[in-house]
Amino acid sequence: MSEERDWATHREAKANKLSAMSSMIDGKFAKTSDAKAILEGLIAPGDKVVLEGDNQKQATFLSKTLASVDPAKVHDLHMIMSSISRPEHLDIFEDGIASKMDFSFAGPQSTRVSQMIADGTLKVGDIHTYLELYARLYIDLIPNVVLVAADKVDRDGNLYTGYNTEETPVIVESAAFHDGIVIVQANEVVDKLPRVDIPADWVDVIIPADEPYQLEPLFTRDPQNITELQILMAMMAIRGIYEKHNVQSVNHGVGFNTAAIELLLPTYGEQLGLKGKIVPNWEVNPTPTLIPAIESGWVQSIHSFGGEVGMEKYIAARPDVFFVGKDGTMRSNRAFGQMAGQYALDMFVGSTLQIDQYGNSSTVTNGRLSGFGGAPNMGSNPTGRRHSTPAWQSLRPDNDPLGKGQKLVVQMVETFGSNKRPVFVDSLDAVEVRKEAKLQNVPIMIYSEDTTHIVTEEGIAYLYKTSSMAERQAAIEAIAGVTPVGLRSDPAVVKDLRARGIVAFPEDLGVNRNQATRSLLAAQNMEDLVKWSKGLYNPPAKFRSWS
Amino acid sequence: MEKLHFNYAATQPIEHPIHIGVVASGDLEVIMKPTDKKESELNIVTGSDGFKEVWQNVLNRFFDRYPLLADFEINDFGATPGVVNLRLTQAMEALKDEQ
Repeated sequence: MSEERDWATHREAKANKLSAMSSMIDGKFAKTSDAKAILEGLIAPGDKVVLEGDNQKQATFLSKTLASVDPAKVHDLHMIMSSISRPEHLDIFEDGIASKMDFSFAGPQSTRVSQMIADGTLKVGDIHTYLELYARLYIDLIPNVVLVAADKVDRDGNLYTGYNTEETPVIVESAAFHDGIVIVQANEVVDKLPRVDIPADWVDVIIPADEPYQLEPLFTRDPQNITELQILMAMMAIRGIYEKHNVQSVNHGVGFNTAAIELLLPTYGEQLGLKGKIVPNWEVNPTPTLIPAIESGWVQSIHSFGGEVGMEKYIAARPDVFFVGKDGTMRSNRAFGQMAGQYALDMFVGSTLQIDQYGNSSTVTNGRLSGFGGAPNMGSNPTGRRHSTPAWQSLRPDNDPLGKGQKLVVQMVETFGSNKRPVFVDSLDAVEVRKEAKLQNVPIMIYSEDTTHIVTEEGIAYLYKTSSMAERQAAIEAIAGVTPVGLRSDPAVVKDLRARGIVAFPEDLGVNRNQATRSLLAAQNMEDLVKWSKGLYNPPAKFRSWS
Repeated sequence: MEKLHFNYAATQPIEHPIHIGVVASGDLEVIMKPTDKKESELNIVTGSDGFKEVWQNVLNRFFDRYPLLADFEINDFGATPGVVNLRLTQAMEALKDEQ
């Protein structure tokens, strides 16, 4: 008889590592000053390490500590990170502490990421959507160590993640149930938590942080910066898409275009008699520009991926709308948010930096490898979807007996970006970036096949109605303004596309351009939003222009 | 500052003068007046030099779609092509509403 195989090697390795550090760990608690030694003792060379940090919440204390470890002890880590947001996230590659990265989003560090890939300092596994990266934590990127952030912990080691729960549960679970090590930085140690978000049983080490984790108010848009062009586009979208397709559930991207839509619902939407008829259900971060629509009764429910700084009191006072615990704070489990955004929505409305002549779009431009975040989950047609809604069904092709509906995926862009460069291009910069960064796939945010509508200041292209790529291109050209793509547009073809409802200009939608003024916005500035919230919204200092 | 001049064949004469927009940063004003001429004549003063081709492209597209016959005076302070098109089409719409 052969020797019995040891089936618990991971568990034993974990126990050995933790017992070697037992002098520094009391229960589950380690001292702030021992953080570096803890990481050096618990992270082995070559380990797969998840460092928590998305586009809002960052485990800053642990990321700074990781950047300070001795590269002779800890090196060649395989980092798994939703967002490359902070300088030290990349410093660890220059120091040799880490060598490989799998990630989703690199907004603030996108230029440096491009350079480091070109230099060979940073080896990229792949670029993911958020949900896709979480999924791989359970299949082929199972972590050895996870470094996460909690708001509060109690003496037993239970965690409270509160408003900004975001990714913490999905990351912790992948390690806790596969003998990975869970290390938590905590803003505060308290006797009693408002509620338990993650049980102590899943947590190995807690280190009180020297300062609270970094939190970005990413989804706050000052109405003062919304332009008349954006208002015109928003009016067209409301009439030509929300109303036309009877849209009930939606995700909005972070830009000013969708902020304009949010602020037109209580005014323009009301004039059109659409209240109670469109978009009662939302998967979206608690963006302050939704306050007027909520207060005037447009919104029944909002599930969120994350919190938003300043919205805490307002959310606590509106539990019928938001997903809040008994304690009054929102849970914001991001994995569930992404899942809901992918499968349960009628529509995604976003913006992008470039759209090619075929309708593919990307935010990756020359020298900036920005990644995807969650947009491709929301902005794609989930082919596994089986339930039907009126909006989804309205896109069903009529010539296929097995045909099914489609999610509405809407791109809203001005034909020229704020940098005065054309948004519509023959070929995406992403094609070149792929070569430079040696990626397997061109980093496309939303593919043409998933894009059902494009809205510009000129009009709407109903791409789902086109029957060939040539027709799709002609529809895009018709609304692409004086970009190189738009200049190819043939007036006779545009006339035909308008007659067939494939392209619509404002006058075709009954939208009056002269109504597109800032006075149509339900709130003109941040102070108006505070008033709408009855004083419950508390904008961050950088958004305050009054005392 | 640059002065530009264009002529366009047009078929829809306007009956009243109209004024849309303001000369503010990123914006422009468009003044249209009825004319006896056979072509629309445009006199443009722009704060951004070197954009003659872009102006021509915007105007080609506008007159393809809305062949208004008028004298145009345009005073621009760095508007994007999208804003130029917005002001031109707003003027077109305001004239149509008057009719």
